[in-house]
Amino acid sequence: MVAEALFFSAVLFTIGVIGVLTRRNAIIIFMAVELMLNAVNLSFVALSRLYGVTGQVFVIFVMAVAAAEAAVGLAIIISIFRHHETVDLQNINLLKG
Amino acid sequence: MMHHGLFFQFNFYVFGLIAVASAIAFVTRKSPVAAALWLVNTMFCLAVLYVMLDAQFIGAVQVLLYAGAIMVVFLFVVMLLNLGHVPGSGDIRRLWPRLLAGAAGIVLLAELSVLGRQQLPGELVEPAAQSNVVTAVAGPLFNEYLLAFEVTSVLLLAAIIGAVVLAKRRV
Repeated sequence: MVAEALFFSAVLFTIGVIGVLTRRNAIIIFMAVELMLNAVNLSFVALSRLYGVTGQVFVIFVMAVAAAEAAVGLAIIISIFRHHETVDLQNINLLKG
Repeated sequence: MMHHGLFFQFNFYVFGLIAVASAIAFVTRKSPVAAALWLVNTMFCLAVLYVMLDAQFIGAVQVLLYAGAIMVVFLFVVMLLNLGHVPGSGDIRRLWPRLLAGAAGIVLLAELSVLGRQQLPGELVEPAAQSNVVTAVAGPLFNEYLLAFEVTSVLLLAAIIGAVVLAKRRV
């Protein structure tokens, strides 16, 4: 089971990376980051079968950090939307040199 | 390590593949609402995998926190910013999605009937390994990692204040 779970975890993480790199919608990019966090959680849980329950404790922490990140990130997206009237990352180039 | 039957393995693969397929659908959807719902599906399948990996508490928290809370916040922002309208996206109307949905329903019904026909043992035994699912996680959390746990509360407080300050119109 553990090897398969690690395989699924790797595939999900790769899909998340693809989402971050290819999508333009800021909210969808955020969701792709959440998918990557979920993939890491899956490998934590799988490896906790081998190395003890500590991995599950880490998953709890990762979930707390993900909740905080979602709250702050979505607040940032809302305030960006107020300025630019868009969440398309192509139009948000304030920091571009 | 416990030896699992073929049925268990089959279900593990099925839910893993559904998770991967939903993730692919999530990356490729145009509409943010559709993408969010596909991601919710992925998270439900991951919860199933957690339960199958003997992490029942993590599975429950996954459903409550990720699929329940975080994705609702995402959907709330999508609807707050009125981003859900993408031309050309709608409900399931074509034939193929309907056939696929019907096939999935039939497979689930078959699994249910197989499960329902199994003979129950006469007496219920107290599952020794599963009676302390929460304790197993809570023990290290409140002993070895107590400091990290407390720091997490500070992190969440900072996130709450940050989110309110950022999203307010005038500070």
